[in-house]
Amino acid sequence: MSAEVEETLKRIQTHKGVIGTIVVNAEGNTTLITSTKVDYAGLLHQLTMKARSTVRDLDPQNDLTFLRIRSKKHEIMVAPDKEYLLIVIQNPSE
Amino acid sequence: MEIVHVYTKKRNEFGRQCNFSDRPAELHVDILPDPSLASNFIERDPCDIPIQCTQEMSEHEVNTERFESDTRGINHVEGGWPKDVNPQEMEQTIRFRKKVEKDEHYFSTIMQLGSNMEHCIKQNNAINIYQEYFEEEEVVEESEEQPSAKTINVFRDPNEIKRTATCLSWHPDGSCKLAVAYSSLGFQNISPDMSYDSYIWDIESPNKPEMTLKPVSLLVCLEYNPKDSHILVGGSYNGQIAYWDTRKGSQPVEMSTIEHSHRDPVYKVIWLQSKTGTDTFSASTDGQVLWWDIRKMSEPTERLVLDPNKKGNLDNALGAISLEFETTMPTKFMVGTEQGLVVSCNRKAKTPAEKIVCTYSGHHGPIYALQRNPFFPKNFLTVADWTARIWSEDIKESSIMWTKYHMAYLSDGCWSPVRPSVFFTVKMDGTLDVWDFLFKQNDPTLSLKVCDEALYSLRVQDNGRFLACGSQLGTATLLEISPGLCTLQRNEKALATAMFERETKREKILEARHREMRLKERSRSEQSKDEDTKEGDGEESVEELATRTEAEFYEIVEAELKKRAKEQEKKAIIELPPVKMFENFRTIAGERLMSE
Repeated sequence: MSAEVEETLKRIQTHKGVIGTIVVNAEGNTTLITSTKVDYAGLLHQLTMKARSTVRDLDPQNDLTFLRIRSKKHEIMVAPDKEYLLIVIQNPSE
Repeated sequence: MEIVHVYTKKRNEFGRQCNFSDRPAELHVDILPDPSLASNFIERDPCDIPIQCTQEMSEHEVNTERFESDTRGINHVEGGWPKDVNPQEMEQTIRFRKKVEKDEHYFSTIMQLGSNMEHCIKQNNAINIYQEYFEEEEVVEESEEQPSAKTINVFRDPNEIKRTATCLSWHPDGSCKLAVAYSSLGFQNISPDMSYDSYIWDIESPNKPEMTLKPVSLLVCLEYNPKDSHILVGGSYNGQIAYWDTRKGSQPVEMSTIEHSHRDPVYKVIWLQSKTGTDTFSASTDGQVLWWDIRKMSEPTERLVLDPNKKGNLDNALGAISLEFETTMPTKFMVGTEQGLVVSCNRKAKTPAEKIVCTYSGHHGPIYALQRNPFFPKNFLTVADWTARIWSEDIKESSIMWTKYHMAYLSDGCWSPVRPSVFFTVKMDGTLDVWDFLFKQNDPTLSLKVCDEALYSLRVQDNGRFLACGSQLGTATLLEISPGLCTLQRNEKALATAMFERETKREKILEARHREMRLKERSRSEQSKDEDTKEGDGEESVEELATRTEAEFYEIVEAELKKRAKEQEKKAIIELPPVKMFENFRTIAGERLMSE
């Protein structure tokens, strides 16, 4: 069971350009840190909650499926769920 | 009328008791209504008087103190640890983490999210979705927008008796203020109730002028000092020059003395380029150009009489209506006269005779505007009579480019400060014309009717985008022109240079040919003079020429009238500008003079 989880996460990490991966739970604490990016957890958690509530406010039937923040240096991708958040930081190829 | 009832009573009956007895009613007095008495009174107009019987009430307003609200955020770094887990303790956190990882739900969620995430990661690696395509082609030429101008604000003369807005001047920094000089240029048109004030307007508030300037006599022209934005100099109707400091109030700080001022209204005053920034010069129709230092207004520092014979004779002098001074050429300046001549002068000449360098003739009426092209100082624009002409300094006999004769008199004009081929003119029928001679030479690119009355003055702001024009009833209109007319186009400077050079060359060639023809004629007439001395050539040229041209003129007029009558039979409305006859007359007269 956990082996598959490990395998999936490792596969994600070995993709080209991926700098870090974080899994955050609903309360906002990190369960799996694969790099020293603890700061991302709390901030992104709040941001995702805000994004989700925005989407919901605009259309109650709607829900947030994915969140991408592209900055000058890299791209932060957040896959939200009811309880957990999967965050990946990638350096997109130019 | 007194009502009196007389009765008598005996003395021994006083004190007796009263014995009342009944009596029938008696009519004592009957006063009938007397209508003649009614004439002592007038009927009152019936009026409605409301009466109310309610409680007295009053109204009060209360405004609470402003509630200040501030937005703040809290940064949550990490948390949400359950109560029994101490975040500082590594062991406990690891244990908690391990516990969560074993959760079934965790497993399935991660699988699902993982596949989602992988898709996006692969997307990113495959292609840059935010790549800029077509980056270099952004600077494509502007869309084919129609040149246009729209009115932004209108500033009306607040006085009852409206005066003409004869001169406008933009504030030198930022151009957020406009100084307008109001006067009445009609002969003896000034009524005693006419206010002498001129105003400075803030372009954002058209309802009330920002500041009033109170001169001794109506101001005909007004200029801001380009170096010091608080100082303005104005030339007035009675010939005096005055200067204001906006920090010091509405009264002029100093005025020139009447004995040393002009004898006619001062039509133009310009600031000069000097170290102190206090020099100006003024021109008036009395034939003088005076230089002033505003620190000492009692006397002009220099004087020039516009005598074309260069003798300094005031009686022969030409009246000056406009002045031109370009800061890049501080020793030269030009004067536009009432007689239609442009006189080019040199300031640094030693003798007054040398001051007047040359004259340019070609206009039929007073030259209301004179300005050098800011990009090509050798070429200048004159606006007079029914045309606007562009001249080159080198060609003195005629202008190199000119507009056709319009239906209305042109009253002012100026170049655009940002585009070398664009200039603006205003006419007496209230229209503003924008000319772009690289685009169209025969007609204005844009012709806009600003108001119903005549427009007398025009001034473009330094950024080329806004312009203000003043009308006969004292209304100053602020217009914004479309960006196409105020952005420098590609190759514009090169094209304008080429056009100016071409026209100058053409005129030069024409001038040379005329000179040749004249020389030939002169030599021929000298030969014929030696042969037969019977006819006096000199006399014939003036009188007979006049009669000949008169006869020809009438012939042309008759022919035109006949043509018109014929065409009127065909069409209902015809438009035949009468000025066409003028053109023919002119060319014929010119040819006759040439062949003489």
